[in-house]
Amino acid sequence: MFLLAEMKNVTRILPEQFHMKLNDAIAGELNEKLANKVVLNVGLCIALYDILSLQESYIFPGDGASHTRVKFRFIVFRPFIEEILVGRIRSCSQEGVHVTLGFFEDIVIPPTALQHPSRFDENEQAWVWEYDTGDGNKHDLFMDAGEIIRFRVTAETFNETCPAGPSSMQETQESNENKIPYLLTGSINEPGLGLLSWWKNM
Amino acid sequence: MEIVNANSASLSNLEVFKHLQKIKDSKRKHRGQLATITYETIRYLENTPCADETNESVKECLKALAPFNLNKTEMLMMINSPPITALEIQLMVEESEERLTEEQVQEILEIIVRYFPYVVMKEADEEDNESQE
Repeated sequence: MFLLAEMKNVTRILPEQFHMKLNDAIAGELNEKLANKVVLNVGLCIALYDILSLQESYIFPGDGASHTRVKFRFIVFRPFIEEILVGRIRSCSQEGVHVTLGFFEDIVIPPTALQHPSRFDENEQAWVWEYDTGDGNKHDLFMDAGEIIRFRVTAETFNETCPAGPSSMQETQESNENKIPYLLTGSINEPGLGLLSWWKNM
Repeated sequence: MEIVNANSASLSNLEVFKHLQKIKDSKRKHRGQLATITYETIRYLENTPCADETNESVKECLKALAPFNLNKTEMLMMINSPPITALEIQLMVEESEERLTEEQVQEILEIIVRYFPYVVMKEADEEDNESQE
């Protein structure tokens, strides 16, 4: 679920940080810039792993800060497609089951990818797997918020959320608020997937 | 900023866990959101089997799993969430019924128990708790 992404950057260090070791100052700068941010087509950045190389630092006319070309590796959360993950149910809605890992919340399991047959219970606000016990009876298995769930990652969607120009400001602001930069789609329609408690005694 | 390689290596949960703990334990003050994401990720990882793994147990386990012709991502999943039932192996290994015989599946489960015994123990604990309730 985690991998290393190699990146390059020109990092600007303000004079007030000149008392620090260059490595530490740059590491702090990179972590501040990237930690807990989604980079398009890369994934959710967690923390700096290491610095591969530093080139000479430059000072430009009119700017007291130093600029250093740096090559580094960052720890990134990006599960591969088909990976099996374990998370917790955040909530259920008509759109499906929303799952969270704590540090990453944008995971949805659409109704078509739930165990078959499932229905949405409006009173309980939860999806229910109508498990066929084999003798013609149905056993309702509720998927309540907070339960631990195992799912397969089936798709990932990256969305550009960069700010737009002033002319279209208002509408983009509204659409940006609902835009999810990195969305994972999951499925649980295989034996062994779904709430851990369903498969305990197999 | 420029991406040189979006996926230059895979990390196991254990490696991430150890690295984040080092960050958390360093006395330096963190600006921005580093503290938040480290805290949340550690909280997730400490509830996964990786919290009890060691570099040695992972290395030895990978060696033991080598003869089964699993690919890299399958091995990674075995380490990150060690399977304790045949059903879980079926989920992780693509076309497992053709690639692995029933005996091989049993062997893998035995290897997992040998190198990560606490995974099975934890499961048993949970069942005890439930029956008490």
